Amino acid sequence: MKNFSGKVLFLDRSDINTDEIIPARYLTEITKEALKPFLLEDLSLPGFDSATDIKDKAVIVTRENFGCGSSREHAPWSLEVNGINVVIAESFARIFRQNMYNCGMFAIELPKEKIDYLFENYAGKDTSIEIDIDNDKIIVSSPGKSEEIEFSVGGFDKTLVREGGWVGYADKKY
Amino acid sequence: MGKTIAEKIFDSHRVEEPFPDTHVLKLDRVFCHEITTPIAITDLMARGMDRVFDPTKIKAVIDHVTPAKDSKTAEQGKIMREWAKRHGIKDFFDVGRNGVCHAIFPEKGFVRPGYTVIMGDSHTCTHGAFGAFAAGVGTTDLEVGILKGVCAFHFPKTIKFVLNGELKPGVYAKDVILFIIKQLTVNGATNKVIEFTGPIVEKMSMESRMTICNMAIEAGGTCGVCYPDMTTVDYLWDFIKDEYSTKEEALADYSKWVSDEDAEYEEIYEYDMSELEPMVTFGYKPDQVKSVKDMEGTKVDQIYIGSCTNGRIEDLRVAAKVLEGKKISDDVRGIVSPATPKIYSMALKEGIIDIFQDAGFCVTNPTCGACLGMSNGVLAEGEVCASTTNRNFNGRMGKGGTVHLMSPATAAATAIAGVITNSELFEA
Repeated sequence: MKNFSGKVLFLDRSDINTDEIIPARYLTEITKEALKPFLLEDLSLPGFDSATDIKDKAVIVTRENFGCGSSREHAPWSLEVNGINVVIAESFARIFRQNMYNCGMFAIELPKEKIDYLFENYAGKDTSIEIDIDNDKIIVSSPGKSEEIEFSVGGFDKTLVREGGWVGYADKKY
Repeated sequence: MGKTIAEKIFDSHRVEEPFPDTHVLKLDRVFCHEITTPIAITDLMARGMDRVFDPTKIKAVIDHVTPAKDSKTAEQGKIMREWAKRHGIKDFFDVGRNGVCHAIFPEKGFVRPGYTVIMGDSHTCTHGAFGAFAAGVGTTDLEVGILKGVCAFHFPKTIKFVLNGELKPGVYAKDVILFIIKQLTVNGATNKVIEFTGPIVEKMSMESRMTICNMAIEAGGTCGVCYPDMTTVDYLWDFIKDEYSTKEEALADYSKWVSDEDAEYEEIYEYDMSELEPMVTFGYKPDQVKSVKDMEGTKVDQIYIGSCTNGRIEDLRVAAKVLEGKKISDDVRGIVSPATPKIYSMALKEGIIDIFQDAGFCVTNPTCGACLGMSNGVLAEGEVCASTTNRNFNGRMGKGGTVHLMSPATAAATAIAGVITNSELFEA
């Protein structure tokens, strides 16, 4: 399994599309590693700077419909090569969400009030998140504060995370 | 309780349901292009699993950047080419025979009612126009599709649009789908199939049906679907005439891929489209849609007519009718990309290419290039494009550029005026 804990990058916007996550001009790359410097380069979000804000982050917390638009799996790959294997959002676009689990990564949906709570209480602080896959819990902490938030994912999604993705699992099974 | 098309296709293709609401489906078609497939190929090779489940069901094309613009895109083409040869994939469309995937694959008769189709491209939903379940997927799903001929889906609920009335002159399929996306918003159809039905759709050509299904993804939809009818049979007839003795027989067979009247829907929307006006997007999301008349006078730098949404012969004919005998504004540049070699040839024979060139358009080879800012018409910082494509995302056609989505008719009128318009055409 991949690493599912570390510092949090808060992206306070809905409908962040895959062109913003990894622009098409970089889709000519044929290795995942080559995508590393370009993650979120075109993100339209005041105050965000991809050159400095991504470093050392392992988890993204964001709003609605994250990953909409193009089917490019370069979007999860560009997260993965930057050490980000977890995105927590109010909702995801279908293809992006499936791509995350197909790569053995987490795309966790939380109700709006819980996402609001995370932004209100943890954004702008030195926040870390750890995913407890056995107990379906998100452990969120900032200096002097720590708590658990429950989440749920389907059996298929969890299996893909445990198996490290869809290719190995499908090859064994079909 | 009856079933929707999607339910019928799921039931007929289900291999198993390994977890609750996880349906592994057998695939009839796996479509591939050179942007999302090479990494699937190299990954399969690295795993020692360089195999394909059935070379006759895999169709491949180089379309996003063609001919290659640099060493990297040349390498992507080379990986595809060698892979197709190695595995005996006969339907591989290389430079000179290639077109935009969602135009050339239907044109070759590869999509039939009741089929399951995946491709590593979000606009795969286009093929639902034939009464198929066609979904865009990522590279890993594509890789498993290539290897095993299966793909896993959560069951998509269906929403149905019943479109009544008659479209006014100057109003086209693109205006209809922009209107629908405005109603649904960019995630209103997420994890859902959208059925397009009613007299408006029944009267539409396959080209127009592909235009509306193409943009189902812009509302988050898994697939857009139209019911197969005689229009579908006519379009496919050259490819299916050995399978059926008459068109009526084909139609009777395809009618099993129509939703039952008592099928259950998540939601049914009914609209009279008779008063619909030409529509155009503003901002950076495809649900930001206004009437053209509310955007008239907006300055543009480039006009682009083409893509899997609106690069088919019907689209070029409509644009040519507007452009005939006219010149585009000195302040804009126009680019047209017929979506396939066949469309290009038809346009040439019909005098459409002359009309575009005489008006001052650049005619490019079939390619997706400009739509996603990869080649053949990338915008500079701060530039604005009036485009018949499908996404107006920030920087989509070039970093710092803005895109207004519209019909080919509106794009042609805008080229002449140099600003967003179509009032003249609409009132005609």
